[in-house]
Amino acid sequence: MNHWLIAPIAIPLLGGILQTFMGYAPISLRRTLAITTSVLVLVASIVLVGLADDGSYRVYAFGNWQPPFGIVLVLDRLAALMLVLTSVLAVFAHIFSIGGADEGNRQFHTLFLFQIMGLNIAFLTGDLFNLFVAFEVLLIASYSLLMHGGGTIRTVPGLHYVALNLVGSAIFLIAVGMIYSVTGTLNMADLAVKIPQVSGENLALVKAGAMLLLVVFGLKAAILPLCFWLPKAYAKATAPVAALFAIMTKVGVYAIIRVYVLIFGEGAGELASVGMDWLFPLALITLSMGVIGALGANNLKTLIAWQVIISVGTLLAPVALGSEAGVSAALFYLLSTTWTVAGLFLVAELVAIQRGSAGDRIVTAPKMPHRTFISVLFMIGAVSAAGLPPLSGFFGKVLILKSAEPGPQMAWLWSVLLVGSFFTLIAYSRAGSILFWRTIDGHIKPPEPMKNVVSVSTGALIGLTVLIVAFAGPINEYTVATAAQLFDTSAYTQILETPMFGGKN
Amino acid sequence: MELLFALVIGTLTASGVYLLLRARTFPVVMGLTLLSYGVNLFLFASGRLSTAQQPILGTAENYSDPLPQALVLTAIVIGFAMTAFVVVLSLRNLADNEDDHVDGCPPAHPANSKQEQEETGK
Repeated sequence: MNHWLIAPIAIPLLGGILQTFMGYAPISLRRTLAITTSVLVLVASIVLVGLADDGSYRVYAFGNWQPPFGIVLVLDRLAALMLVLTSVLAVFAHIFSIGGADEGNRQFHTLFLFQIMGLNIAFLTGDLFNLFVAFEVLLIASYSLLMHGGGTIRTVPGLHYVALNLVGSAIFLIAVGMIYSVTGTLNMADLAVKIPQVSGENLALVKAGAMLLLVVFGLKAAILPLCFWLPKAYAKATAPVAALFAIMTKVGVYAIIRVYVLIFGEGAGELASVGMDWLFPLALITLSMGVIGALGANNLKTLIAWQVIISVGTLLAPVALGSEAGVSAALFYLLSTTWTVAGLFLVAELVAIQRGSAGDRIVTAPKMPHRTFISVLFMIGAVSAAGLPPLSGFFGKVLILKSAEPGPQMAWLWSVLLVGSFFTLIAYSRAGSILFWRTIDGHIKPPEPMKNVVSVSTGALIGLTVLIVAFAGPINEYTVATAAQLFDTSAYTQILETPMFGGKN
Repeated sequence: MELLFALVIGTLTASGVYLLLRARTFPVVMGLTLLSYGVNLFLFASGRLSTAQQPILGTAENYSDPLPQALVLTAIVIGFAMTAFVVVLSLRNLADNEDDHVDGCPPAHPANSKQEQEETGK
């Protein structure tokens, strides 16, 4: 057992508890401690990537209980990748928030840290019920974060979001109950062993459970029939919160990759690839829907919220094809799109601050101060999001296109993805040219000078897309190795034989 | 016993889903509560229904599975916290919008809105 595995959960937990009790401490002290905690999580995640890169599985068994009897944390390449993705994003969003967005609620940093903790539990856990608990932890924090910032505009989207996710939790529990009633286990490694042995009348029960799980993960990932809550909620959220939420839909994508490759993957006998024939068309329709939404958006934050949905469609289409190359390409694109979309949410906030009463609505308004800086950031983000060379979105999409094997599915994937990217480009060009170029003469009240923390964090998050291009080789090697490790499910089930402290084996 | 149990779960879930689809926040909260009761009972039954059995492997031919009870306990605690949160949120919605409709305000009826426009002179 390696005690580093608990660090990405324990650090934000302790930091969050500390913040809870110092709500009345000076804000500079709270900010310093909060940012320190975020940075420590990032350091721990980087250490874990270093550990995971040797390709072996590391297990942390709570209470030294031998899996499958106790709850385990499992570290592999995929979990480590998701941890780094989250903590990099969280650090920059957190730095952005100390520019003033964290005022008005004494517990903002507490909630922010608990949100990070929930995400990290979800990525590390090796137990299906524990995954449910992780979802609840991150959702409880997200409910409150979504409402942060005062005003009444967030009440109704918040209510919808909460009600929908509570129903999602209920369905998750039903699915877990169905699977447990047949297999008698919820440990993912043990499930991967037991699911292929299911036969007879139990088969239908497990299949129904698997499909219900797909519905829950689809709700978290916001695939088409379950995505209408997202644009309103994200567009209304405070900027750093919206940026952090860019990872929330990716939790659903992660859960789909984990569960449907490991448990219901090719080795699952009669239940192999259950639901994936549904997921592929739904992913493509989600992509098209996102593009239509982006074209029709009348303010910048809504446009970017639809971009979240476009990314989900783009990510899930190759995953649903179930090939190793597809998952590897999706993981590469995942890194690029999450950071870019989060950066764009921050850029939209800068635009909204600078334009006075026009806010982030896509209308002509007097020329904004700091126009050059913001427009360059917007251009880099938009180019990467739309998938134009030379930025990382382009490489991600090329890898996804290349991963498809010739056939009707390839034709669908290529045409939808390429046409979709073209229309996304139009949506961004329209928004950008109206916001930055088509200005009218007029006077706006000069906004407060832009704070350094705000501009630096936004610039850094957007700049990561350039960094991904610079390190495209090593990152691609890592995602290819990750996909190879994912599809070698027999190695994962070896964790059941992990020796415990003082055990006989 | 199985039939009774299944009927109770089914009734709770059906009532929960019906109430969940109402347009006011109070029935929605009630619906979520009923749904969580149904789910908890369902989860409890996933260890199979049996009476007077020991929860220890090997001591008897049939054993009662203790794990679903632990799962249900977790689910109850989480469900309770969520219900409390959703009640507060509904009250905030009522206070903010002076209406307990889930969308903040009821959808404007075409005839009503026209009349309203005439009255307000817009």
